[in-house]
Amino acid sequence: MRLRLFWPVTLAAAALIGLLAYGVAGQGSASTLDQAVARGERPAAPARPLPRLGAAGEASLADYKGKVVVLNVWASWCDPCREEMPLLERTQRQIAGQGATVLGVDTQDASDSAIAFLRDRGITFPSVRDRDRSYGREFGVTGYPETFLIDRQGRVAALRRFPVTQQWLDRHLPPLLAEKA
Amino acid sequence: MSRLLSLLALLLALAVAPAHAQGPPPTLADLEDEVMCVECGTPLEVSQSPVANQQRAFIRRQIAQGRDKAQIKAALVGEYGENVLAEPEGAGFDLAAWLVPVLVAVLAAGAVATTVRRWRRTPSPGAARPASAGTHELDPVEARRLDAELEAFDR
Repeated sequence: MRLRLFWPVTLAAAALIGLLAYGVAGQGSASTLDQAVARGERPAAPARPLPRLGAAGEASLADYKGKVVVLNVWASWCDPCREEMPLLERTQRQIAGQGATVLGVDTQDASDSAIAFLRDRGITFPSVRDRDRSYGREFGVTGYPETFLIDRQGRVAALRRFPVTQQWLDRHLPPLLAEKA
Repeated sequence: MSRLLSLLALLLALAVAPAHAQGPPPTLADLEDEVMCVECGTPLEVSQSPVANQQRAFIRRQIAQGRDKAQIKAALVGEYGENVLAEPEGAGFDLAAWLVPVLVAVLAAGAVATTVRRWRRTPSPGAARPASAGTHELDPVEARRLDAELEAFDR
């Protein structure tokens, strides 16, 4: 009887452990990307196609290869996002002619609220929709807003887990803009 | 007989009819306990975060447009993803929410069945001893030792 029970119980326990391991691994780790960037490395940025906000079709970072991208994760209900939007729009106007763009990732947000939010603030840079934060998790996003500077080869060159400031952009953006594709 | 059948058919029709009739329009409270706050990971009914407020506003707009509960839930999934529903979807890691209780129930049932079977196979102490007591005989050494000890006890 004991032997007969051994394998079903062992297999059930192994299945449970496997399921838990899968769940834990699926959470992704923010620290891996942060540590790599802190070491001066440039990990490849996830480039999954996402629906465009307020427009038809999809867009991904792969579409911006050769450009510097200021990837900003935002939501219309997020107060700090609201505060940093004017700075991001100014940045867009400054860098648009230098082979660069701001790209918003509107996350966990009602699309009509998000579109109204951008329209009310006169935002001109494009945004894509990450409805369930699954794309953000690939960057280790845990809150809003967060910003990632993507170089012309599609790699993460700098990141900020809080609202961006002019000083932070001034320090990280010009060297990237100066790099050739 | 045919009258009885007609009566039964009529009763059946009356019983089924309300299920197909359109119910009252859903309220926010109807949905709040079946929807999660996507940012806080708690049911919407207990969430007060900005995103929870946005979700409530979204549901109110859907109700105002005359949508039923299922349509509103589908619209919520379209806007916020599958995790907006309190009930797991049964795919990916969410599958664990369904599998683990079933697995635990099966294992528990197996354990109970095994234990019961063992109890039934093991003879009770009262039944086993008389049978064996009559067959055991003391060898001469044991008999002498027992006599000696009984004598010592009597003294």
